Amino acid sequence: MATEILMPALSPTMEEGTLAKWLVKEGDTVNSGDILAEIETDKATMEFEAVDEGVIGKILVEEGTEGVKVNTPIAVIGEEGEDMSAAEASAPAASGDDGAKEAQESAQPTAAAQPADPPQSDRSPDWPEGTEMTTMTVREALNTAMVEEMERDDGVFLMGEEVAEYEGAYKITQGLLDKFGAKRVVDTPITEHGFTGIAVGAAFGGLKPIVEFMTFNFAMQAIDQIINSAAKTLYMSGGQMGAPMVFRGPNGAAARVAAQHSQDYAAWYAHIPGLKVVMPYTAADAKGLLKSAIRDPNPVIFLENEILYGRTFEVPVLDDFTVPFGKARIAREGSDVTIVSFGIGMSYAMEAAEKLAEEGVDAEVVDLRTLRPLDYGTVLDSVRKTNRMVTIEEGWPVGAIGNHLSAHVMTHAFDYLDAPVLNVCGKDVPMPYAANLERHALVTTDEVIEAVNQVTYR
Amino acid sequence: MAAKKTTTKPNISADELKAYYKDMLLIRRFEEKAGQLYGMGLIGGFCHLYIGQEAVVVGLEAAADEGDKRITTYRDHGHMLACGMDPKGVMAELTGREDGYSRGKGGSMHMFSKEKDFYGGHGIVGANVPLGAGLAFSDKYRENDRVTFTYFGDGAANQGQVYETFNMAALWDLPVIFVIENNQYAMGTAQQRSTSTPDLYKRGEAFGIPGEMVDGMDVLAVKAAGEKAVTHCRAGKGPYILEIKTYRYRGHSMSDPAKYRTREEVQKMREERDPIDHVRTMLLDGEHATEEDLKAIDKEIKEIVNESAEFAKESPEPALDELWTDIYAAEIPQEA
Repeated sequence: MATEILMPALSPTMEEGTLAKWLVKEGDTVNSGDILAEIETDKATMEFEAVDEGVIGKILVEEGTEGVKVNTPIAVIGEEGEDMSAAEASAPAASGDDGAKEAQESAQPTAAAQPADPPQSDRSPDWPEGTEMTTMTVREALNTAMVEEMERDDGVFLMGEEVAEYEGAYKITQGLLDKFGAKRVVDTPITEHGFTGIAVGAAFGGLKPIVEFMTFNFAMQAIDQIINSAAKTLYMSGGQMGAPMVFRGPNGAAARVAAQHSQDYAAWYAHIPGLKVVMPYTAADAKGLLKSAIRDPNPVIFLENEILYGRTFEVPVLDDFTVPFGKARIAREGSDVTIVSFGIGMSYAMEAAEKLAEEGVDAEVVDLRTLRPLDYGTVLDSVRKTNRMVTIEEGWPVGAIGNHLSAHVMTHAFDYLDAPVLNVCGKDVPMPYAANLERHALVTTDEVIEAVNQVTYR
Repeated sequence: MAAKKTTTKPNISADELKAYYKDMLLIRRFEEKAGQLYGMGLIGGFCHLYIGQEAVVVGLEAAADEGDKRITTYRDHGHMLACGMDPKGVMAELTGREDGYSRGKGGSMHMFSKEKDFYGGHGIVGANVPLGAGLAFSDKYRENDRVTFTYFGDGAANQGQVYETFNMAALWDLPVIFVIENNQYAMGTAQQRSTSTPDLYKRGEAFGIPGEMVDGMDVLAVKAAGEKAVTHCRAGKGPYILEIKTYRYRGHSMSDPAKYRTREEVQKMREERDPIDHVRTMLLDGEHATEEDLKAIDKEIKEIVNESAEFAKESPEPALDELWTDIYAAEIPQEA
């Protein structure tokens, strides 16, 4: 049967091209793979090969013709001895339209709306009133969370540098090797890109890896595996497979380790759909959120902080204590201003709130706890009450979490604001080494107080 | 066509040989059709065809058992067809339609089938290599004897993460076969311009990983090498490297002017080393099949491919609310 040869699209962006040269003539026999013509695209001149075998019946577009639209019939090919006039007659003059365009046009014109966030914020307590409490460091809380989850699910394993025999560079994994053995507590070589990829593959294979980065600075070596492989596969596979796993380790500035070892990645990871991002402050949250992270069927970025590891907090004594994602914690109730923070930023927030109270300013402090999902409802409720907001984070000011929250509050609670929202961030510089410079590069409590004074016009 | 006699290679029956012929021909005709649909604008973006390399996946699939896993790069259509995925679903994904394997959200480079243990379809050169070792890690952890075929090209063989992976795969005795499909060009860069030492199968030596070079235009040679590698991995001896010398007839992707090699070079490979012609000749010379038998196979394959193309054109575009699904899992995906 005679078939038309159509002007091909030879690049993702090509809409038309020049039929530069015919390399066959009417009556020629061609085989699959033979070059028929040279076609100039927007990028280059390309050879155009025959797909079917047959005889060139009629050339419909002369060589040298410019602006030939993709899908215009340019020749007719048929079997030897066949009459090809029928096919020729059916060839439309020079329209580029066909099935492809049609398919595109069949799409409904209106875009589907993003599913709305739950309207009500969840203000239920994290544990029942009267629960017995104990004290614990953040370090112990993280360790306990892993022990409990590894006991609960034998598919959970831990891998990273110095996690087993050395018991963790920051001693978060103390005792795990003894308890669970080398199969489930795996020391890796110093090779973040590789072992992160292996962990993501193991998650595809049905395990639940916990990857410890000695610090999140080193996760930069593995960021392609975290984003392109872990975060996107569920979507790219139409829901068939994903990466249920946790990436955890210390994040942000520690003390005097300078630029390459001091950086807050909260905003970086919070940018990525497909990841969940957790950044706890208290030991109770560290424990409850890490347990939730390990159980979560998605890749979770769990950002810890070296300075917080040794701090002690109250933790509820419960058999199986978890904290859900997307539920902020009101760390201090107040009515004059909303201070929003997360992770170590909370220590500045709480200190500032106490000092402000002495001056008669009653601040409400919201600890976001998770950045993806983010509890917008609690922030908005608080701002509607106080009419003022200050955000605090150690990360850089450009593209900060605080920027995003400011925009969200402006969009959804503009009429409630009595002052512009202020973002208190780390300074827009690489972290310096000198002690005095480092102090100035980080957020200070005084800066938080000053920002609150500004938004309360004091 | 009951087997009249075995071929010169032992343990290969006429039926097997015909099956390889059929599987390779399906890939070739499917890819030709994909190229055609790309030219018509029905397939968009990047589209990397497997034409010329068919014997690699067909040979290795012949060495694989139920439950073995496979993972590859963006030149993945052949791998999917060879492991038994439905040509209709693959083609419909290429056209970005609802009935595609990823419901139109992955496209040519990102397709998966949990059912067939096909773990993608990955677009970043080299990134699927540690992922493949990770799949093998999961099998070793679960203490079964499955192996993972991890395919990548001569271009990816220069990525650092490949060597990080070799190190750990050897250190932990992971049951992974690293299949280097050496088609001799990393996009437009010939191997000798990108690679300080040409023998990629030796690249595991520093890690104690055995490797061998295989003629990738001979499906039986590939199968034999694959069986050897599988036996090694299943015995718990750790990873194995197969450097399979092959050749792609088409450009790197559809939008490749291919000025880095001569037309004659391509033509010579096609005429002298074509993997499908090779089996065809064996079938005819060994009197395992007649011209008519092969014509019938050709016709059958053409029908399957045409059906897949029709299906891929007819399948509707995904509903717009698909935009917002599969970003997060509500439950842990079931283990295969």
